[in-house]
Amino acid sequence: MTKPSNEAFFWMLFSAGGVVAAMLIPVQLFLFLIAIPLGWLQAPSFDYLLSLVRMPLVRIYLFVLCSLPLFHWAHRFRYTLYDGLKVKHLTGLIFVLCYGGAVLGTAVAAYLLWTI
Amino acid sequence: MNEGTSKEAATYTPFHPRWYRPHVSVYWWLGEWHYLKFILRELSSVFVAVFVIETLFMLSSLRDGPEAYAYFQQVMRNPLLIVLNIVSFLFVVLHTITWFNLAPSAMPVRMGGKRVPGALIAAPSYVAWVIVSGFVCWLLLR
Repeated sequence: MTKPSNEAFFWMLFSAGGVVAAMLIPVQLFLFLIAIPLGWLQAPSFDYLLSLVRMPLVRIYLFVLCSLPLFHWAHRFRYTLYDGLKVKHLTGLIFVLCYGGAVLGTAVAAYLLWTI
Repeated sequence: MNEGTSKEAATYTPFHPRWYRPHVSVYWWLGEWHYLKFILRELSSVFVAVFVIETLFMLSSLRDGPEAYAYFQQVMRNPLLIVLNIVSFLFVVLHTITWFNLAPSAMPVRMGGKRVPGALIAAPSYVAWVIVSGFVCWLLLR
């Protein structure tokens, strides 16, 4: 019998992160990182933004927005390095760096949103 | 084993022919638009990660108070970062479009014995995208 693979688990995270990234990142990125810095839109006040971020639902939303897309990245980037750039000999290291990064980012997001 | 004499002679017998392994260049994806599109789509994930990192910095500055947030906003006005974020935006939109258009292949739907056209399966995703984006804008800018 072959060893049970955990590939399905990582693929689920990839897929869920893909949906979140597709739905939410374009608008978030456009508003906060393009339109507001360029002055196309007036930035919301600090107090309003903070009160928004402190709402429990918004905290959950932001946690999901940060965490799942990182696992999406980990999966995709891993296979881009394997297949695209053909670095198959570093499989173990790449796996640890990609998923380690995603776990670290998730932990930072959880900490920030918990203490904000 | 007679490895010293000839490598090919050592591995090639009529019952175990030499394997055919064509050499593939590291830049195999540059030659054809389909391959290039595939690699660009996969690379969109890097810009997804960049966005998350910037968002974490924003949350961290919000947590540290009004001065830290003002500084974050000032840093984000740097032209290099603006260019990076515009490129990121284009890549993320590429991800969105390719992701939604993948759904009909990932889950073909049949109704009345006929396959539902792909556009009809992808369409609800685009509708949801517009609604969700509109809601986020409204929440932020009202």
